Amino acid sequence: MTELKSGGRDTSLAATKSVRRRDSSRRRAGLAGYAFVSGYVVFLAAFGIFPTLYAFYLALTNDHGQFVGLGQFAKVIQDFRFAPAFANILIYLVMWLVVLVVLTVVVAVILRSRIKPGLSAVFRFLFYIPGALAGVASVLVWLFMLAPGLSPVGGLLNAMGFTQFAQVIAPGNLPVIFVLIAFWTGAGGWIVVMYGALNNIPDEILEAARMDGAGPWKSAWHIQIPMIRKWIAYMTILAFAAGTQLFVEPQRLQSASLGRLDPTWSPNQLAYVLAFQFGDFNGAAAVSIFLLLIGLVGAGILVTRSGLFKVDGE
Amino acid sequence: MTSAPLGRTARNGRATRFVSTLVIVLILGLLLVFFVLPVIWVLLAPTKTADELVHDWPLAFGSFSNIGLAWSHLVSFQNGVLFVWLKNSAIYSVGSLVLTLLTSVPAGYALALTKFRGRKVLLTITLLVMIMPSASLVLPLFLELNLFGLIGTAWSIILPFSFFPFGVYLVYIYFATSLPSEMLEAARIDGASEWRVFTSIALPLAKPVVALVAFFSFVGNWNNFFLPYLVLPSSDQFPIQVGLNQLLSSTPSFNPVAGAGLNITSPELALSVIIAILPVLIVFLFSQRALVSGMLAGATKG
Repeated sequence: MTELKSGGRDTSLAATKSVRRRDSSRRRAGLAGYAFVSGYVVFLAAFGIFPTLYAFYLALTNDHGQFVGLGQFAKVIQDFRFAPAFANILIYLVMWLVVLVVLTVVVAVILRSRIKPGLSAVFRFLFYIPGALAGVASVLVWLFMLAPGLSPVGGLLNAMGFTQFAQVIAPGNLPVIFVLIAFWTGAGGWIVVMYGALNNIPDEILEAARMDGAGPWKSAWHIQIPMIRKWIAYMTILAFAAGTQLFVEPQRLQSASLGRLDPTWSPNQLAYVLAFQFGDFNGAAAVSIFLLLIGLVGAGILVTRSGLFKVDGE
Repeated sequence: MTSAPLGRTARNGRATRFVSTLVIVLILGLLLVFFVLPVIWVLLAPTKTADELVHDWPLAFGSFSNIGLAWSHLVSFQNGVLFVWLKNSAIYSVGSLVLTLLTSVPAGYALALTKFRGRKVLLTITLLVMIMPSASLVLPLFLELNLFGLIGTAWSIILPFSFFPFGVYLVYIYFATSLPSEMLEAARIDGASEWRVFTSIALPLAKPVVALVAFFSFVGNWNNFFLPYLVLPSSDQFPIQVGLNQLLSSTPSFNPVAGAGLNITSPELALSVIIAILPVLIVFLFSQRALVSGMLAGATKG
C-alpha cells in the first residue's frame, strides 16, 4: 500500500478506487448474507433456540410457574431412577463409540485401498442397506434376530446359553443389544462417508508414500487416517449425540419384554415417564437439560481438539 | 551372501501379505454376514407361515401364496390404515425436505462464502444445535406446539422436521472447501448481483451436496419416531414408523397377551417392515451415486 502511494497520483487513485469497490462489494455481500440465512434463522429460532430456552425456563420453575432455582435439578438427581439411567447410557456410549470408530475407519480403509473398486462398491452397498431400516423397523428386525426360536442364528444363541427371548434381553445384555442395533443401522452410512473422505485424498500422495516404501497399513495409519481426522471427529460427535438420546430401542424392547425391563432404562425414557406418566414437565425438562449439557461438553471437546473449524479461520 | 537375506525378506513379505489378506477377508466376511443376514431373513419371512418360521430352516423359501396371505392380513388391519400411514409419511417427509432445502442451501452458502456480522456466532450455534441431542428438545417442542395450537396437525411434524442444522453444516463444509471465494469475488467485480453469483456459480456446483442433504433429510424424516409419537393423537395421522409400533403392540409374536385373535403375526410384521422401508431404499438407490462418488470427490473437482 505505502509503495503504491509513493508512486504517481494515478496509481494511488486507482488503488483507493479498488479498495472502495472491494469495501462496497463486501458490504453488499453482508446484506445478501443476511437474506440468504434468514429462512434458516427463523427455523433455528423457532425449533432450536426457543425450545432450549423453554426447557431452561421449565427446569428452573415449578408447575405454578414459580422460580425454584436449582430445585428441580436436585429433585431429579435424588430420584432413584436417575443414576441408573445415566450409568446405563454411559456404558452404552463407551462401547458404541469404540466399536463404531474402529470398525468404520478400518473397513473404509480396506474398501478404499485393498479391494477392487467394483467389489468395494458392492460391499458399501450391502453394508449400507440396513441403514434404511432405522428406527422402529430395526428394533423389529432385531427382536426377530434375538428370539432364539425365530432367529437364523438361533443355534448360536443356544450355544451361548440363551433358549428364551427373556434370557436374551436380560438387563445386563441391553448395552450390547443396543450397540448391535445401532451398528447394524448406522455403520454402513458412515463407512460410505469415510470412504468418500478417503477417496478425496489425491492419488499422488499415496503414490509418493508407496515410493518411499510405506506399505498399505503404514500409509493408512500415517497418511489416510490423519487426513480424514476431521470426518472421524464429525462422526464421533454425531454418534455421541445420537447415543445419548437413545429412546426408541429401549422403549420398544421394554414393551416387547412384557414390562420385565426397566421402563426408565435411558435418561430420555426417564424424561418421558416423568412427563407423560407423572405430568412432571419441569422435572422432565431438568433431565433434558442434563442430556443437553453432556452433549454440549462432548461437542465442545471434540470441536476444539479435532480442528473441525479450521475452515473457519481462512 | 546377499541372496539369503533377500530371500528371507521376500518370504517374510509373502507371509505378512498372506496374514493381512486373511485379516481383510475375515473382517469383510463377518461384517457381510452381520449386515446382510438379517435383511435376507426379513425378506424371506413373509413367504412363510408363523409356524414355518419357527420350524423350517431360517433361510428357506416358503411360497408366494403366503406373501399374499400376509399382505391381505396386513391390509385388513384397521381397514387399510397401512396406506394412510404411508401417505402421511410421504407428506411429512417430502414437505419438510422441500423446506429444508429451500432454507439450508442458501444458509450454508452464505455461512461459507459471504461475510456478515454474526456469521461466526450463527455457525457456532448451528454446530451446537446440530450436536445437541434433538430428542432432548422433543418435550419442550411438544409444549411449544401446544402453545401455538399446532398439536395434531401436519404442521406440528413438518415445521420442526424442516429445521435441519446438519444440512446447513454439510452445505457449509462443501462450499467452504470446494468453492474458492476468489471466483465469487471476480463475478462480483464484474457486476453480478449476489443472487446471480449464488444461482449461476454456487448452485450448479452444489448438486452433490444438495442430493446429500435431501437424502439425509428424507431418511431422517421418514424414520423419525419420537416427535410424531408424542404429538399425533390419532392412528389415521400416524406416519408409518409410529404405525409399525402400533402393529408391534398388537401382535402376539413377542407378547402373547396382546393381539390375541388378530392376524398380525411374524410374517405380517416382517412384511410391514419391508413396506415401511421401501421408499427409503428406493431413495438410496437414486442417491447412491451422489453419496459414494459425489460427496467429497466433488469438492476436489470443483
